[in-house]
Amino acid sequence: MDSPLTLETLFNIGPVPISAPVVVSWVIILALGLFAWLATRRLSLTPSKTQTVLELLATTVDGQIRDTMNRDPAPFRALIGTIFLFVLVANWTSLIPAVEPPTAHLETDAALALVVFVATIAYGIANRGIKGYLATFAEPSWVMIPLNLVEQITRTFSLIVRLFGNVMSGVFVVGIVLSLAGLFVPIPLMALDLLTGAVQAYIFAVLATVFIGAAAGETSGDAPSEKENKPS
Amino acid sequence: MTDNLVPIVSILSAALAVGFGAIGPALGEGRAVAAAMDAIARQPEAAGTLSRTLFVGLAMIETMAIYTLVIALLVLFANPFV
Repeated sequence: MDSPLTLETLFNIGPVPISAPVVVSWVIILALGLFAWLATRRLSLTPSKTQTVLELLATTVDGQIRDTMNRDPAPFRALIGTIFLFVLVANWTSLIPAVEPPTAHLETDAALALVVFVATIAYGIANRGIKGYLATFAEPSWVMIPLNLVEQITRTFSLIVRLFGNVMSGVFVVGIVLSLAGLFVPIPLMALDLLTGAVQAYIFAVLATVFIGAAAGETSGDAPSEKENKPS
Repeated sequence: MTDNLVPIVSILSAALAVGFGAIGPALGEGRAVAAAMDAIARQPEAAGTLSRTLFVGLAMIETMAIYTLVIALLVLFANPFV
């Protein structure tokens, strides 16, 4: 059994070593981009089957963002939707023989979580200004500043480890079962893997929405501050 | 014997970590599912929303067990003392 924490270099581009998850991510990015370009080339008011499915997807993403943030979903749709689709497709690449999902390696998840981390700061500054965003660290009082700073790091870290652990454990379990019993035995586990992959993609996207929404601030809500001040 | 001590302890601790780490999430998931069943029995028309929220909650709880699995794998494959 190979260690899931190490990576083998496939080939080098100049001084940069390229490993298998990177190649798989590139293929996913190309495939998704090509599909998006092809599918949205001929949009019409009387939608075809593909367009109906795409519109359903976009509406669902919009609805989730609106439910979570209480805001207009337009500025966040592209980022959240892309994260969801990429993680979903990446998790489901475990179905293709000889391909390991890139999210089963720590580095891909770290890159994704870094995107969320940077997006949180960027949306926070864009919506509140630098001063206003820095002031959110002192909520509800200045005593919380160190905790809020630590929370930024730990929640990004838990985002990484959650996705990595779930996808990697699925791959690992299927590998172990495959080495014990052959042909049809791992199929139920792979089906469970599909469910886990979809749920984890959803959770990753929802958590990204929550983090970005918290940083960007609510347009009209004062409910969260009331909840926090409630004596327990 | 002392040469083998670190791998032996590592494997033992990995097994213990996963074993004991699974207890808490198992209890938590049991409670969550029981509560969801109760809610669905009382209000069957809300089953869709409930099961969606239940799945997300279960995945969150399960993450705690996954953390111990990651720790166990770190101990087994990336042990700094071997």
